[in-house]
Amino acid sequence: MGIKVEHLNYIYGQGTAFEQHALKDIDLEIKDGEFVGLIGHTGSGKSTLIQHLNGLIRGTSGAIYFNGKNIYEAGYNMQALRSHVGLVFQYPEHQLFEVDVFSDVCFGPKNQKLSKEEIESRSREALTMVGLDESYYKRSPFDLSGGQKRRVAIAGVLAMRPEVLILDEPTAGLDPKGRDEILDQIERLHKEQKMTIILVSHSMEDIARYVDRILVMNHGEKVYDDTPKEVFMHYKELEAIGLAAPQITYVVHTLKERGIPIDTNITTIEEARDEILRLLSK
Amino acid sequence: MLKDITLGQYYPVDSFLHKLDPRTKLFGTMVFIISLFVVNDIRAYLIATLFLASAIWLSQVPLFYMVRGLKAIVFLLLISVSFNLFLTPGEAIFRLGFIKITREGIQISAFMGVRLIYLVVGSSIMTLTTTPNQLTDGLEKSLNFLNKVRVPVHEVAMMMSIALRFIPILVEETDKIMKAQMARGADFESGNLIQKAKNMIPLLVPLFISAFRRATDLAMAMEARCYRGGEGRTKMKPLRYGRRDGVTYLVFVLYLAAVAGVRFIG
Amino acid sequence: MGIIKASKLIFDYIRRDEEDNIEEIKRAIDDVSLDIEAGQFIAILGHNGSGKSTFAKQLNAILLPTEGTVWIQGLDTSQEENLWEVRKRTGMVFQNPDNQIIGNIVEEDVGFGPENMGVPTEEIWRRVDESLNAVGMAPYRLKSPNRLSGGQKQRVAIAGVMAMRPQCIVLDEPTAMLDPNGRKEVVKTVHELNKKEGITVLLITHYMEEVTDADRVIVMDEGKVVMDGTPKEIFSRVEELKSYRLDVPQVTELAYELKKEGVDLPDGILTLNELMENLMPKFDGHLSNEEALENGGDHGH
Repeated sequence: MGIKVEHLNYIYGQGTAFEQHALKDIDLEIKDGEFVGLIGHTGSGKSTLIQHLNGLIRGTSGAIYFNGKNIYEAGYNMQALRSHVGLVFQYPEHQLFEVDVFSDVCFGPKNQKLSKEEIESRSREALTMVGLDESYYKRSPFDLSGGQKRRVAIAGVLAMRPEVLILDEPTAGLDPKGRDEILDQIERLHKEQKMTIILVSHSMEDIARYVDRILVMNHGEKVYDDTPKEVFMHYKELEAIGLAAPQITYVVHTLKERGIPIDTNITTIEEARDEILRLLSK
Repeated sequence: MLKDITLGQYYPVDSFLHKLDPRTKLFGTMVFIISLFVVNDIRAYLIATLFLASAIWLSQVPLFYMVRGLKAIVFLLLISVSFNLFLTPGEAIFRLGFIKITREGIQISAFMGVRLIYLVVGSSIMTLTTTPNQLTDGLEKSLNFLNKVRVPVHEVAMMMSIALRFIPILVEETDKIMKAQMARGADFESGNLIQKAKNMIPLLVPLFISAFRRATDLAMAMEARCYRGGEGRTKMKPLRYGRRDGVTYLVFVLYLAAVAGVRFIG
Repeated sequence: MGIIKASKLIFDYIRRDEEDNIEEIKRAIDDVSLDIEAGQFIAILGHNGSGKSTFAKQLNAILLPTEGTVWIQGLDTSQEENLWEVRKRTGMVFQNPDNQIIGNIVEEDVGFGPENMGVPTEEIWRRVDESLNAVGMAPYRLKSPNRLSGGQKQRVAIAGVMAMRPQCIVLDEPTAMLDPNGRKEVVKTVHELNKKEGITVLLITHYMEEVTDADRVIVMDEGKVVMDGTPKEIFSRVEELKSYRLDVPQVTELAYELKKEGVDLPDGILTLNELMENLMPKFDGHLSNEEALENGGDHGH
């Protein structure tokens, strides 16, 4: 069933000098099992939007349906919504607090008031999903590397067994290899656990090879919502709003402009290599 | 939004009071507070009222901002006024059962109320016309003599100014941590006091760790920029008295003399 | 001897238990010798934990060598009496923009360094004006740092260092916490300072796009210098970079992949233009008339 957002508006500081229309009439549907990238520069409203999806921020007007039910209806269980729609924030430092990795991951399921056995088995499962074995369980989360901390933070949310996993810039501050490792891990969650994933980023290059669909936000509005190929076609418009398509898009479009009959749907290096080789072999 | 919290309550206009040296204003506030404890007579209160009114007028800050500060002391005000009203012995002018109000009671409680209100309004004129930075600078310079008795005045002032810079950052961070934990099902509202305190651990641990990290980073950044305490340091914005400060000091002295005169000479 | 010279530099992080016994020794820098020429733009690359930040802190005497020596314009950093002179000559900009701004107002923060150095008041104002102009932050001089974007905060931090009139600026991952626009803003500012003011720049980063314009790229891994050369030389060794947990720009990688498949392209292509110049001639004679016609029609399909 997934998530459906209808005419969502969010205005903060209404009636004061600081009034700001942070989200403007957002319509959006995310189906079960999708892998969606959410892109926009700082202040575009992308972080505000995801916090609406698990009820941390309440919209000024509009509606959000999760599995068909309006979350703004009286008596809707927000606590339960937060375990169905898991949100991992940008900095793991904002959530790690326990003495060891395992207890930290247990925090979510503990709040769900599960039995001790259930809490532990879910936490074990979550840690396995992010690729941390038992040797990490008793380590202090504060002694880990940046990439490992991020894994623990993700496991902390996965342990609640969410249907939808939202990650706010999970690669910020990581080195290139660490970035690829985390993104590969997330892709595995999508493929193996059939989890719906929303990946927030400000880098097109990072997510182009992973997601099926890209949402682009600018000034609180949804400006594009399509497959990566279609969205990157608008690379000039993207530039105008402070984003850029992957370098590969520029390569392909420049070749095209210079009269090479190349397929402009290409978004990855491998595709570009094969297409250029095909053209050269003629 | 949290970013918009301003510490203190500086009101940015370019008035006579805003342009005064912070030391002058600190001295003036002190004089005014002392005077409030000296006055005990309706004439002296009139002088104090005149003094306060002209300060408000000179500050160009809307009266509303001054009065706003009173909200915090409403309770204290009510208690102290009613204590004085009902418990002062003397000539009764109103009696209902065991409750009696005396003439002396009315007078003392009225003076008490006015004193408290003036105290708050008087000190908020100071904070409304002086930026926290100027205030810190003013305090540092005014208290410099304490250096001789080995009070680290510069260091304390530097700490205050760093606190001013980091409090809004930490407030914002608290909000982020709260949200991150709420996304994991944390509950900061329900439960009894002990439970509530326990529920704060997931908020406080990351906050403290972050604060320590910021402190270490900042110390390193300060050292890298050649910071080594107050010695040998010059100032980008040194405090300098102007002519208006001289005049103002004179007014303060005259005011204090007038109030004291009313009390001791009659 | 260049502006910065390190000879056989070794640095160990030593962890001690409560009784002050050595619990663990971690070698963060392992026998590094380098000589850096004045006026150059140097990029230091390396993954997290490769020792590059530890190296940066040696240049400002925040950390002192366990073994070996670092000289800043001939001054040995481990000599106590050189400490403040070394810190005046090499300015540091750190990763987290919030944790290095001390002042509550932009201009006051920029004045902090000169104040500490005992510079006379009028001279402080002159330096603050110049530095704010140099980084393009003069219009924000009276703002609170809390109201600025990440990129703007880093520019203020750079101005704060500039006001100390250093010979050399070391930036320790100044862009790691910024968004792409902030990153561009900071890198552009640093390049300008290098070109216009002739300041030696050491930019530490793991973003490859930021180093393509450097004069020299140094790659660190496990505390050692493992690669050292021009961007062209470094980026022609794609596999090697990847083995150090690093990456190359997409254009470089595409050129490398094509070359591997037998397309005759030069090594280390860094920009789109370069790729086009070298790739276009290869298509001569490969395109049939039919395809050229089709090409005139729609785009893609």
